[in-house]
Amino acid sequence: MNIAPELIHIAVALAAIAAFIGLNGLVLVWLERKVAGHIQRRPGPYEVGPWGLLQPVADAVKLVGKQLVRPKVADPWLYWSAPLLSFTPVFLLFLTIPFGPRLIGMEFNLGLLLILAFSGLNVLALCLAGWSSANKYSLLGAARAVAQSIAYEIPLLLAVLAIAFQFGTLNLSTIVHHQGPMPWQWNVMTQPLAFIIYFICAVAETNRAPFDLPEAESELTAGFHTEYSGMAFGLFFLAEYAYIIVISCVATVLFLGGWHGPGAPGFWWFLLKVYALIMVIIWLRWTYPRVRFDQLLNINWKWLLPLALVNLLLTLIFVKM
Amino acid sequence: MIKKTPKQSTLQGIKSLFVGLRVTGHNFVMPQITTHYPRQEVDNLVTYRGHIELVPKEDDPMTSKCILCGQCAKACPSNCIELVIRKEEVEPPPAAEAQPDADKEEAPPKPAPKKKVKRILEAFILDYNLCSLCGQCVQTCPVDSLEFSTNSYLAGFTREEFVFELLERMRKKYKASSSG
Repeated sequence: MNIAPELIHIAVALAAIAAFIGLNGLVLVWLERKVAGHIQRRPGPYEVGPWGLLQPVADAVKLVGKQLVRPKVADPWLYWSAPLLSFTPVFLLFLTIPFGPRLIGMEFNLGLLLILAFSGLNVLALCLAGWSSANKYSLLGAARAVAQSIAYEIPLLLAVLAIAFQFGTLNLSTIVHHQGPMPWQWNVMTQPLAFIIYFICAVAETNRAPFDLPEAESELTAGFHTEYSGMAFGLFFLAEYAYIIVISCVATVLFLGGWHGPGAPGFWWFLLKVYALIMVIIWLRWTYPRVRFDQLLNINWKWLLPLALVNLLLTLIFVKM
Repeated sequence: MIKKTPKQSTLQGIKSLFVGLRVTGHNFVMPQITTHYPRQEVDNLVTYRGHIELVPKEDDPMTSKCILCGQCAKACPSNCIELVIRKEEVEPPPAAEAQPDADKEEAPPKPAPKKKVKRILEAFILDYNLCSLCGQCVQTCPVDSLEFSTNSYLAGFTREEFVFELLERMRKKYKASSSG
């Protein structure tokens, strides 16, 4: 039997990604609750295991053990396919991210495009989830998710495009290679505006607070996943955290020098930067109140989009000069 | 009020974002201010208003200040206070014949030689299940013989555990404090 070595490589990478996502889901749930606790001057989880480290495991076991319930009037096919559709693209997204000089699932010339294209599937999943639940809260959540994601995808793409123009490539490894080990050699120095726009849009794309309107627990119960229970909800939850990691990884690759770093370059620098970004995202969540819907769209159409266009134009001028 | 230009309000908005981050960041590194209840307990409970307790007399800690007027039981909107009063006939001292006229327990017809009736507090029963902690009893008491307890960790498994005999509690508390 003759199996292509690339196939084995991809299979191993997918298995590693699955483990990475699962482990990170647990770690991030714990981290989020700990940070939230400390910001509010309370301990956060501390009963289950040392420092509450086993709390997410207990939560996961609870979620797995719960009964899956579907509302009688909900559309069974769409209802059950939505959480799967939300979670499965995540594997593809991690495949092209260069974690280290050689630690990459698949060298792919259109890596950036692949990530942007498949992360767009999440919107469809949220839309289907809210629509098929036959629940007014879910439907409202889905409508918000669609409006928000479509709006914020444009400046996000424009910000990313500026980097792509600068280096003339969509290959993530090449973009990392163009940056140096020292912080002033990273793209964030040449493209600070693009980084800020990318970061804001990325937080909005992942429906994180202060842009968590599709969930908006104080207005819409739980938004698009109101009707989901057990692991169906768990998949949405895991996907949300996976997308946070993805956007942090892409930000690290595009703006923060990827696996480059002072001293020894390697995946540790990459992970360090990714977790620092995730910490900032968690910090934002526990600082800002939720924006109103009109504010959300105003920020995008009146500020981020024009700024992203100006940034792109400036990049073009500098590249051509 | 001076109306802000859009530019001003935008700059102020951006500034407020960083102020917010600084506030949460500062709180993040500050020590916690909550108590891990089962492991730790709070100690500053002087203002906590738990169920009522009887206050002992200063000179005799085994007797309460209560004068058995029953105002607390009357004032209680939940009817959770019950005074158990025992009457004891005492030989009247030859000179003092006068009776306290408010004493309505003096109904039974008596033979000619009038005897003085002394009322003794047998038990002060508080049904804490019914109590709404309004504090009317404490406010009404003319001699300040009621006070709020500070046991915020009170818990039990049955209804009966929350029917307290306050006189007994007061004496037990004194015995415990004098022996320990």
